[in-house]
Amino acid sequence: MIEIIKNSIIKGCVTRQIKPESALLNSSELESIGKELRNMINKHFNRSFHIREVDTGSCGGCESEIIAISNPVYDIQRFGVDFVASPRHADALLVTGPVSKNMELALKRTYEAMPKPNLVITLGDCALNGGIFKDSYYTLNGVKNVIPINFHIPGCPPKPLDIMRYMIKFFKGDNL
Amino acid sequence: MAYNQIIKDIEKEMKINFLSSEPAFNDEVYVKVRREDFKNTCLLFHKKLKAPVMMLFAVDETQNKGMFKLYCVFESVQFKKWFFIVTEIPENNPEYESLSSEMYSASLFEREIKEMFGLEPNLSPDSRRLNLHDEVWPEGSYPLRKSFDIKDIKESLKKEYVFRKTEGEGVFEVPVGPVHAGIIGPGHFRFSVAGEPIINLEIRLVFTHRGVEKLFENKLPEECLKLSECVSGDSVFAHSWAFCSAVEKIKVIKVAPKTNYQRAIFLELERIYNHLTGIGGIAVDVGFSFPHAYASIMKETVLSLNDKLTGSRYLKGINIIGGISKELSGNDTALLLETLKSLKKDFESLKKMLYANFTFMDRVETTGILNKVIAQDVGITGMAARASGINRDLRKDFGACYNKIEFNLPEQTKGDVLARLNVRISEIEQSILIIQQCVLLLNSADSSFNYELLLGNKFGLGYVEGWRGPVLYWLKINEAGLIDRCKIVDASFHNWQGLSYCAPGNIVPDFPVCNKSFDLSYSGNDL
Repeated sequence: MIEIIKNSIIKGCVTRQIKPESALLNSSELESIGKELRNMINKHFNRSFHIREVDTGSCGGCESEIIAISNPVYDIQRFGVDFVASPRHADALLVTGPVSKNMELALKRTYEAMPKPNLVITLGDCALNGGIFKDSYYTLNGVKNVIPINFHIPGCPPKPLDIMRYMIKFFKGDNL
Repeated sequence: MAYNQIIKDIEKEMKINFLSSEPAFNDEVYVKVRREDFKNTCLLFHKKLKAPVMMLFAVDETQNKGMFKLYCVFESVQFKKWFFIVTEIPENNPEYESLSSEMYSASLFEREIKEMFGLEPNLSPDSRRLNLHDEVWPEGSYPLRKSFDIKDIKESLKKEYVFRKTEGEGVFEVPVGPVHAGIIGPGHFRFSVAGEPIINLEIRLVFTHRGVEKLFENKLPEECLKLSECVSGDSVFAHSWAFCSAVEKIKVIKVAPKTNYQRAIFLELERIYNHLTGIGGIAVDVGFSFPHAYASIMKETVLSLNDKLTGSRYLKGINIIGGISKELSGNDTALLLETLKSLKKDFESLKKMLYANFTFMDRVETTGILNKVIAQDVGITGMAARASGINRDLRKDFGACYNKIEFNLPEQTKGDVLARLNVRISEIEQSILIIQQCVLLLNSADSSFNYELLLGNKFGLGYVEGWRGPVLYWLKINEAGLIDRCKIVDASFHNWQGLSYCAPGNIVPDFPVCNKSFDLSYSGNDL
């Protein structure tokens, strides 16, 4: 214990303040969008909104942006949104990709494992109707052909701030 | 020794004459052989060039010639050439002698050709399907045949995939996936475990198979640019560059040196942000989250820089056939260099954070060893191969626009997670150097990247060393100017096997860090 205290006194604070500007971002825009999202989550989901993500054949670009909104720069967790490891813990299913035939069963099972009521959000152009992979011999042309969806976030891939904006737009629309 | 000599040597050794052997471009040679000589010719090229199979694919020419063509591709660093061994297989007798029993790197390709074209490799050691899962796709439908029609599929004939059993006292199985706990692509891992160590790992992939190669067909090359960008979302630029360079070769379009240097800059930016993700991922997979947070801020910086420079965080829509849509201005390059300078500073402290931590180093050292012999046999490429002591890099091997740029290849031999981490760290440093040199060369008028163009060829190979390894696009264009066949090989296709060979002997909790050190693409593999 003494060692740990001694160490922290000697080393001082090793973390530093993150300035979104250093990542070439406009911080006031991020903060205002975040604040609005926070209010929506407070109102509709009692302060926490848990998402389970499923990739049904996306190229990985959408996943990269979903990971980006949880990084320390955007840090969507501070606004009440979190990504969970199991569908049983989730309020919403976030689905990317045009649904490859190989993933159809896994997607259905994941959906069935969720507690109800739940939301299904599709993210990225190919999740809506197959996008660029439409009418291939091996895709099902979008998530809506497998499970019912609530709303869609367009983009290829959507930027982190756009993901937040579309979430706010949906929550504002009194669709819940 | 000229490359002709090796062809003559092989002819002599086999006591046959090849049907023909001719260069198609200054970096591609096509050797045509009879079907019965195909296997032995490929094996001899494999031995003489000391190279694994880089591509093995079929082309359906049944409609006008009544036969399939089979291409086996080897890379020769010595001659700076790609050797294509070509044979014809008649439609009414669609079989050939399997290569994979004596040349393991052909194995996955043979399985793919069998299910996509219905060409049977005789005496093949592994006859299971690869892309089309038995549970969802019936037997007897070959989607890459030209005569394939989705309406002809018979729904009834489906089977179940059988995993290989590992049996013994106390051996149990841990099935994982296809839906994983993290935000990541789908894949199924089946561990056979005795106590803590893994004794066998079987990886079943292709949950993201979308039929990409078929989607390229019967379209104009210009229409397919966006599709090539969506093959693998983290290698957008490498894929679109490889696709463009294949089209540029076929269409005899000369690309300005300035364009090439700009492409090289974007490719290195892609390499930097992906390596940063990987380095952070390796740290967090052994529970060291601070460097991960640190690296993800740096990654975000590079993505935002991409956005500022091109309007796309993932460098989409920049490559067009014959050039790029967004030229870098003087202000852009100033911003680029300035950002890289501050990135370099942060990167130094990230490095220090990792190397100075004993617990971290203890977890990554000697974990997940992939030795050189296995890596060579399986045909591991790119970053993972360089960590196992195979110093191959298309940027060095083929030069092209990299002729005037100085950079070093990492020297790692151990093949463990630490070696792969070291490779990635040193590649980031080299990438920064490459970008700095490219910026200086941008305005030079000198051209060092011209193909010796031979007209009349409707096919060609585009290749780029992406951050993961070689990205290869072989294209064939028909008389109408539409794409007839597009074969894509991402480095992930070879390297996933490396992961299954490096896992045994490690404990299950070390698997994520082994996986992250390879950092393979699901979608680039599954196509």
